[in-house]
Amino acid sequence: MNSTIAMITFRAMLGRKRALLLFVLPFIMLVLAIGLKVTGYADLDVSSNVLHRFGLSTLLPLLALIAGTGVIGPEIDDGQVMYVLTKPIPRQVIIFTKLVVAIVLIVLFAVVPTLLAGLIMSGTTAQVTPALTVGVLLGGIAYAAVFVALGVISRNAVTIGLIYVLVWEILLGNFAPGAKSASIQQWSLSVADKLTEASQIKSTVDLPIAVLLLVVITAAGTALATVRLRSLSVASAE
Amino acid sequence: MSVLRLENVSRWYGNVVAVNGVSMDIGPGVTGLLGPNGAGKSTIIHMMGGFLPPSSGTVELDGAPLWQNPEIYRHVGLVPERETAYDFLTGKQFIVAMAKLHKLADPGAAARRAISQVEMEYAQDRTIGNYSKGMKQRIKMASALVHDPPVLLLDEPFNGMDPRQRIQLMDLIRRMAAEGRTILFSSHILEEVERLASHIEVIVAGRHAASGDFRAIRRLMTDRPHIFLVRSTDDRKLAAAIIADGSASSVQLTEKGLQIEATDFQRFTWFLPQVARDAKVRLWEVSPADESLESVFSYLVAR
Repeated sequence: MNSTIAMITFRAMLGRKRALLLFVLPFIMLVLAIGLKVTGYADLDVSSNVLHRFGLSTLLPLLALIAGTGVIGPEIDDGQVMYVLTKPIPRQVIIFTKLVVAIVLIVLFAVVPTLLAGLIMSGTTAQVTPALTVGVLLGGIAYAAVFVALGVISRNAVTIGLIYVLVWEILLGNFAPGAKSASIQQWSLSVADKLTEASQIKSTVDLPIAVLLLVVITAAGTALATVRLRSLSVASAE
Repeated sequence: MSVLRLENVSRWYGNVVAVNGVSMDIGPGVTGLLGPNGAGKSTIIHMMGGFLPPSSGTVELDGAPLWQNPEIYRHVGLVPERETAYDFLTGKQFIVAMAKLHKLADPGAAARRAISQVEMEYAQDRTIGNYSKGMKQRIKMASALVHDPPVLLLDEPFNGMDPRQRIQLMDLIRRMAAEGRTILFSSHILEEVERLASHIEVIVAGRHAASGDFRAIRRLMTDRPHIFLVRSTDDRKLAAAIIADGSASSVQLTEKGLQIEATDFQRFTWFLPQVARDAKVRLWEVSPADESLESVFSYLVAR
């Protein structure tokens, strides 16, 4: 962890126009939660549905995509990464720092809003809110590792990430059960499923496998990002 | 005293060869890496800066490899060609951050020293996004100097600078060299290299075309056969008179006029008007046909 890199990354992330995107989605979810509560529609069914469909399945991957690729991709594109790479800093420290910044952003803009929306709608009934908050947090960490790696590897990280989220997780997940089980979304849902007794939250993946896969994908993403940053050549960035 | 050594270095992208079998030693003082655009200068600087692995051969600083060796940056300062820095930081914040990334004992003092070296104190509290091109170049320079490295690599440092900024930067580079640093800068402009570098390396089409003292290379460049295009009232008569003298190795009659290859530049320019007068031929046009830098370079390669 390097505090100077973290400071620069936070300023770059929150100073960019793209930062507005970070605020929009959680804002919509909170407005939705308040609206449902005020109009009296916020029963456990609706509440779990919003937290699952909106929080875990939509807000989380999109936010993680913005945060994960954003902490490193633009810096590589613009060539600013030269100023960090021309320093005697081990590359794993750079990646770890970028990952931490991405996770902090995900906590601020996805985990906390999910928790607040859940508390507004159904409090802690049947542990749905805490369960999904934990699910969003763990999924967020895994997404962050994958998207940071993608940001290092490809100049089209956002596009590729978006295709993964939209096509693989959302579209294919609805049609092909196999594809559904092979997604970060389902693995995080499995954790949430275990933590709540509510029958509305149901995952197709067993908990031990889900946790194992989350750990593996996080470690693999981090390792891959480090290896690729180590041999990042400027030629590919131009 | 640090020495950068390239040994039989080649670099290719797919099946395009960017740098081909280049060997050179860059020692203390200012070395100019000269070559036309696209000759492979940036590729060489990137390999020297540890940003690109050579496809074959070795690139070393005092015996240590540059590629995948972040520790080397304790001894190297690199000024990239691209203009971008962290535009949202002020000059001072940027340099202090660079000092911190180097884990210097007193980042504040190191930043102050580097900023004063490039004379940017007056603008250090403005954000880099609002800097002019020359100011950006200088703050980039300060970022490379903050850890007081013995080796400085500058990629096209004068690009886009106005003459005054150019002179300031040249003075700064000279001062740095006088302190015993090893400085390499790339340029495609002959005059820049001539004014600054004591030693030059010429790269043309990925090959090491010439190396050594600037004056020796300059002589090679002026001593080469020059080609002139001459139009006159009577080209045939003039051609005969020129051939008779011997300062030209060939004269060709073309539709556009006479194409003359002069072996001795000085003598030819002095002698042509006289010959014309004696032959009672009026000269309409005398123009050098190959004065572009590219032709100078290609001559050096073919030599």
